[in-house]
Order: sequence, then structure tokens, then C-alpha cells
Amino acid sequence: METAYFLGVDYQTWWYLVIGATFTAYAILDGFDLGAGVLHLFFKKDQSRRVALNAVGPLWDGNEVWLVITGGALFAGFPVVYASAFSAFYVPFMLLLAAIIGRAISIEFRSKEPMKWWRQFWDVSYSLSSLLIIVLLGVALGNVIIGLPLNEQQEFHGELLFFLKPYPILIGLTLVGLYALHGAVFLSMKTEGRLYAKLTLMIRWSLRTFLILFGVLSVITVIFYPQFIDRMEVHPWLFVVPLLVMVLLVLLAKWVKEKKYPYAFAASSLIIALMMMLVFIQQFPVLLPSTTPGVLGLDIYNSASSTKTLGILLTIAAIGVPLILLYFGFVYKTFQGKVKMDETSY
Amino acid sequence: MEVEILARIQFAFTVAFHYIYPPLSIGLGLVIVLAEGAYLWTKKQVYEDLTRFLIKIFALIFGIGVATGIVMEFEFGTNWATYSRYVGDVFGSALAAEGIFAFALESGFLGVLLFGWNRVKSWVHFVAAIGVWLGSMFSAIWIVVANSWQQTPTGYHVVGEGMNARAEIIDFWAMVFNPSSIDRLTHVYLGAFLAGTFLVMSIMAYYILKQRHLDMAKKGFKISLVLATIASLAQLLSGHSSAEVVAEHQPAKLAAMEGHFEAEAPADLFILGWVDKESKETTGLALPGGLGFLLEGDFDADVTGLDAFPEDEQPSQVNAVFQFYHIMVAIGMLLIGLTLFASFQWWRGKLFEKKWLLKVFVFAVFLPQIANQVGWFTAEMGRQPWVVYGLLKTSDALSATVTANQVWFSLILFTLIYVALFGLFVYLLHRKIKHGPYTAEEMEQNNHQQITA
Ligand code: HDD
Ligand code: HEM
Ligand code: HEM
Repeated sequence: METAYFLGVDYQTWWYLVIGATFTAYAILDGFDLGAGVLHLFFKKDQSRRVALNAVGPLWDGNEVWLVITGGALFAGFPVVYASAFSAFYVPFMLLLAAIIGRAISIEFRSKEPMKWWRQFWDVSYSLSSLLIIVLLGVALGNVIIGLPLNEQQEFHGELLFFLKPYPILIGLTLVGLYALHGAVFLSMKTEGRLYAKLTLMIRWSLRTFLILFGVLSVITVIFYPQFIDRMEVHPWLFVVPLLVMVLLVLLAKWVKEKKYPYAFAASSLIIALMMMLVFIQQFPVLLPSTTPGVLGLDIYNSASSTKTLGILLTIAAIGVPLILLYFGFVYKTFQGKVKMDETSY
Repeated sequence: MEVEILARIQFAFTVAFHYIYPPLSIGLGLVIVLAEGAYLWTKKQVYEDLTRFLIKIFALIFGIGVATGIVMEFEFGTNWATYSRYVGDVFGSALAAEGIFAFALESGFLGVLLFGWNRVKSWVHFVAAIGVWLGSMFSAIWIVVANSWQQTPTGYHVVGEGMNARAEIIDFWAMVFNPSSIDRLTHVYLGAFLAGTFLVMSIMAYYILKQRHLDMAKKGFKISLVLATIASLAQLLSGHSSAEVVAEHQPAKLAAMEGHFEAEAPADLFILGWVDKESKETTGLALPGGLGFLLEGDFDADVTGLDAFPEDEQPSQVNAVFQFYHIMVAIGMLLIGLTLFASFQWWRGKLFEKKWLLKVFVFAVFLPQIANQVGWFTAEMGRQPWVVYGLLKTSDALSATVTANQVWFSLILFTLIYVALFGLFVYLLHRKIKHGPYTAEEMEQNNHQQITA
């Protein structure tokens, strides 16, 4: 396949990097508001819940855009993967969409009525949909990591619920632990008073949950999926990543104790980024591995758009991404500091 | 039922539902920019009230627009995998550009628009309003360009064969400026301005009838009326121009829109009518030769009829296309009449005295909505059986792996969700309208509910 190079790296790889970066941005940014959603029901008082909601209030919608961008980027750069993966994951993706809608609506509607049952209902649906989104994304990611039995046309015909396999589910649950931690740290940074005291407890709990699940996941990977370890041996320095995660967790706990929340938040963000990097590097250059003998998986070369389109896409990204960073920076700066409620709040 | 039909129903249902909201956001966004501009210029309290009130409504609409839009983006891949592979190279760049330039712009600034009153300077807030509005304008560009490309494809070549055939871009700008994009984008924008301004006029007319918030209501009504009058007149020109492009590039669609079968027959322009595809007859009230005149300036001109196309390259629902098209045009004429009449009354100084006229405006909010929907149905059903005009048939565009059960599952799921969503939307919109703009005391009270948790 013909290709073009920029700084000695081919366009396909560049676009893979772009997708890796936008998905990581999504994981970190939507991560904290999804995590806050998971913890939502643990706050008992209506006022606490309102504060928690308004901590993510002006930000969550912008965060979700990174998912839209990642989807668009996949469609544009690797249409074959977009087509095969999205039709293969039909049921989980429809559920994901339902959860995304449910969550948006819950945030939007919750505080619009004062009735207790009304708020209780939207609180529950907000929290459950946040949980479901994380689990579904984790499960989809897990299935992509272990690969699908693709047919000759590199498509996948599966049972309705094929995606519910133990390993991907475990990945989903581990993500829940990580995001809950990330969300709790974020909320601590943004709030004060009673809520704040409660959050310290939650940070401890989610940290433990994540540690345990991450440990189990690592052991299972070593025993049942030795191929990942083999692939990691191609890049031996990747073994540093789990170590770094551990170091960051220790630092995070220390910073929480010292109430240096922005540092702790940086640490949890970095942990998510490292985990994503681990996945993206060890998958490279395959996007959708095939488990059928003799059938090639979809990689960045056999599924990419033409070089010309990739060139256009890279130009668009080079102009657009700095712009996005500029106005995201501005928005985050505007809403920096502790939550303040006013007449515009949820 | 077949997967194909189910998938088409599902796509039509979810996209039509999505399309209730974006036009409102685009149109309302413009009114907000004007109202806030007026506030900065005059520093009058009523403009601030108006702006704040409209932003509350905007937040509700925008939220649903975003949630339903994400469904659309995924649906190309889940239901139309073959189509996605075929058009990905051409169409993906438009969609990616949309994500990067438009959605990020609008969602980024949305936070400032909704929650920033007390946090940023008033001119920064104004910039955010403009940012959100421009963002929504940009989102329309890319998606309409992509759709126009599949109506009138240019700037591509086809590589591969059979199942593996796909279109590849050779000229980006030819793809962007394909023969129908500018006309259709203009038409979509004007339709959106009409949807937004009629929503504002409906609410304001209701307040005036109820004698509430009079000062604000009158100001809001007038700003919107000016816009709506211009937009409805321009819509006629833009629609005409669109029809000319259809006649040139999609003659089968034009023939369906007018129920025209034989080229030799006089090309009548129907005001009302009924098409019988079996007997190839269209009956109704018509201006003889009018279609030929509109397109060629000659009452005797020949216009390509449906007979010129083999059976399997004609739209199957000719009567539906005909009816939808005629409903749109009729509404277009009605809106012109209504806005001109209201403007005339304004000029006479009697605009707010005619109760019946205000009542008409309360309900007229549905007209542009209906026109927008049937307009898309005309464009999309008239394009059948092609998904990419002349290149790829809808029946070949499906996901090979998706089963009827899966589509049923998602169709039922989304029907349930959307029905509930729509009910909530109407309920909350109604509440917001009843409540009206926030009073100074209410704001004060809310501000005191500080974080004591
Ligand atoms: C860029 C692409 C694009 C855009 C902007 C739109 N559509 Fe579309 N539409 C399609 C791409 C498409 C499609 C994927 O190409 C479909 C699916 C099956 C088909 O035949 O075309 C389609 C089908 C389709 C159908 C079913 C026609 C049939 O099966 O007979 C309807 C009623 C609509 N659309 C309506 C709309 C509305 C109300 C839109 C306004 C938002 C809209 N479309 C925008
Ligand atoms: C099938 C075609 C379409 C797809 C795939 C699509 C996709 C999307 C997506 C993913 C979003 C959410 C973006 C976010 O998170 O901010 C969205 C919202 C939006 N879309 Fe669509 N869309 C389609 C049709 C249209 C059309 C035809 C228009 C304009 C005329 C439009 C205008 C908008 C606008 C203005 C928004 C922002 C939300 C709002 O204002 O309601 N969309 N769309
Ligand atoms: C006044 C007379 C009008 C005429 C002659 C007219 C003409 C047309 C034509 C020919 C099309 C099909 C274009 C295509 O298939 O590519 C179309 C589509 C459409 N119309 Fe109209 N129209 C009129 C009024 C309106 C009004 C008042 C609205 C909304 C308020 C509207 C909204 C739409 C929309 C949303 C579409 C689909 C998008 C597109 O294809 O451009 N139209 N119109």
C-alpha cells in the first residue's frame, strides 16, 4: 500500500496516534464526571448531591465531545474498522447510547423539580447510567484486546450477548474502580464542608477496590493471556508502566492526606493515561485483532482511508486540536476553584 | 420484516427525532446573540431578562440535541456498515471536521453560556453566546455537505470491486462544493432560523395574550419577526434554487416530487394532488405547464418524467414524496403570508392588538417544524433506491452481520426512550414558559443556597 510520511512516520501511524490521544483525552476528562456519577448515590443529602452535580455541571458535556471526536476520527481514518467494530458490537453500543442519553437527561432534569421522588429517580438513573457507560466501554475495550472471530470478509457474526465474557467484564469493573477514584479526587478538589469529609472515605474505598481488581487482572493476564506478555516483551520498557501506576497510587494517597488535591488529580489522570498507552502500544498496529486462524485482523494499513484523505485529516487535526485546547483551557479556567451555586446551577 | 426496511425505519425515526432540536438550537442561538447584543448596546434590563430566559430554554433543547446526535454518529457504523466502508474515505473527513471544529466549539462555550453569568465579564459572555451559535452553524455545514455529497457526488473515484468497492476522494474542495451543498445548506439554515424564531414568537405571543412580562415579550417578538420575515421570503428563493439543482442532477427525484411520468406530457405544477403510481396518473389542482415554466421559462418545455427510468431506479414511494414536498411548499407560502401580514400590522402600530393573530402565532410554532421534517423526507425518500446517488443502492448498504432481531431490539429501545424523552421535553418546556424570566428575588434566593452541605 502506498503511503506518505511526515517526520519519518507514516500517515497511518500518525492517525493511530491521534485516535489514541483523543480516546485518552476522553478517558481522563469524561472519566472524572463518570466517576462522580458512580459515587453519586453515596451522598445522602439532597444538597450534597446538588453540589456534586454542579461540580461537573459546566464541564461534562464538553468532555463527552471527545467521544464524538474519537468516533468521527475512527470513521474518517479507518472506516473499515468503524464499520466492522460498530456492527459487531451492535447490542453493547446500543445500550451504551441508551445510557449516554439517560445520563445527559438525568443531569439536565434532576434539579428542575423539587419533589423528592423526582430527584431520587434522576439520581438513581444518573448513577446507574454512569456505571453502565464505564462497564460497557470497558467490556468493549476488553473484547477488542482479546480479538474477535472475524470471518473471511473481516466481519463478525456473533450471538446477541457474545461480548459478555469474563475477562472483558473484569476489565470493565477495574475501570469502574479507577474512575470512581478519579471522580472522588476531582470532587474533593471542587468542594468543601460535609461532602468533603465523606469524599476522603470514598477515595480510600475506591483506591482499595481498584488495587484489588488491578491485581486480579494482572494475575489473570499472566496466566490466561500470555500472548500479551509476549507482545510486551517487544517493548520491554512497557513493564515499567505497571510499576509507575503503583508509584503514582502511593503518591496519590500521600497527596490526598496532605490535601494537595490538584496533585492527586494529576496523578489519577496520569494513571488513566498510562493504562491507555499500555493498551494502544501493545495493540499497535492492530485495531481489531482476529482470533480466526488464517484470517487477518484489521490493522491500520488494511483498514485505512486513502493517503490523500489521511493527509487532509491530519491537516484538520493540526489546525483544530490547538484551537480546542485553547478553548477548553479557557472554560476550565473559568470554572476553576470550589463550586459556587447560583441561579444558573443545576 | 426484512432487515433493510427495519434499518431504514430506525434511521428515519432517530434522525427525524434528532432534527427536531438542531434547527431550534441554530435559530434560537441567533435570537440569543441578537438579544444579548441589544443588552450590551443599550444596557436595558429587559434585554437581559430576555437573554437569560432564552438561554434557559436553549439549554433544554441543546441537551436533547446532543444526546440524540451521538446516536446518529454511531448508527452509521452499527446499521450501515457497508455504506460506512463505501463512503468512509469521502465522508469521514467531513464528519471528523465537524467533531473537531464545531462540536468542540459549541460544547466548550456552552458551559460559559449557561453557567458563566456571574463568573465572566459581560462581553466574554457575549463572545460565548456567539461561539455556541457559530458552533451550531458549523455543525450544520459538515453534515449537510456530507449528505449533499451522497445526493450529488463529485470529486471522488471508485476503487475496488463488488463488496470491496469504495469511493476515494480525489479533490477535497470538489467534494465540499458539490453541486447541491451550497443551495441545500442555505435552505437548511433558513429552515432553522424559521424554527427558532417561530418558537420565540410563540412563547412571546402567549405572554402578550396573558398580559405577562409584556415589555420583554414585545421586544422578543419584534426581533424574531424581523428575522422570520426575511427568512421566509428568502426560503422561497432558496427552495426554488434547490429544485433547479434537483432537476439537473436528480431528475427522477424531481419527477417524483411533481408526480410527472411522461416527458412529452405537459409538465404541470400541482398545488394539490394525488399520485397513482400504478396507473401513472397524477390528479389534482394544477397550473398547466407550470413546472416547465419554472424550470425552463417555457410552458411547453419537456421535463424528464419517471418513465425515463427503469422500475428499479425509481423511488418506490412516489406519492409520499409528492405529498411531503407539497406540504413543505404550502407551509412556505403560509409562513410568507403570515410574517408579511404581521409586519404590516406592526407598521400600522396594531401588531399586539389583534388577539386572533397572536393566537395564530402561538400555534404557528409547529409549521416550520413540520416543513423541516417533510423537507428532509422529500430529499431522502426521493433519492431512493440510491444511498449514494447513482453509485450505491440502499439495499447494498446494510451491515451484512446485523440481524433483524438486533434491529428490532434497538428500534424498540429507542422508541421507548424517545417517547419518554419527548414527553419530558414538552413538560419541562411548558414549565419554563409558565415560570417566565427569573425575578430579582428568585435569583437572590438561589444565590443564598450556597454550599452548606
Ligand atoms: C450525511 C448523511 C445524512 C444526513 C445529514 C441526513 N441523512 Fe437521512 N439518511 C442518510 C443519511 C443522512 C442515509 C444513511 O444515507 C439513509 C439511511 C438509509 C438510506 O437510504 O439513506 C438516510 C435515510 C433517511 C430516511 C429514510 C428514507 C427511506 O428509507 O426511504 C429519512 C426519512 C431521512 N433519512 C431523514 C433525514 C432527516 C430528517 C435528516 C435531518 C437531520 C437527515 N435525513 C439527514
Ligand atoms: C445523520 C446525520 C447526523 C449526524 C450523524 C449527527 C451527529 C451529531 C452528533 C454526534 C451530535 C452531538 C455532538 C456533541 O456532543 O456536541 C449532534 C448535535 C448537533 N447536530 Fe447533528 N447529526 C446529524 C444531522 C444533523 C443535521 C442535518 C444538522 C443541521 C442542520 C445537525 C446539527 C446539529 C447541531 C446544531 C447539534 C448540536 C446540538 C443541538 O444544537 O441540538 N445535525 N449531531
Ligand atoms: C417556499 C417554498 C419552498 C420550496 C420551493 C422548497 C423546495 C425544496 C426542495 C426542492 C427540496 C429538496 C432538495 C433536495 O432534495 O436536494 C427541499 C428540501 C428541504 N426543505 Fe424546502 N422548500 C420550500 C420551503 C421550505 C420551508 C418553509 C422549510 C422549513 C421551514 C423547508 C425546509 C426544507 C428542508 C429541511 C429540506 C431538506 C434539506 C434539503 O434537501 O435542502 N423548505 N426544499
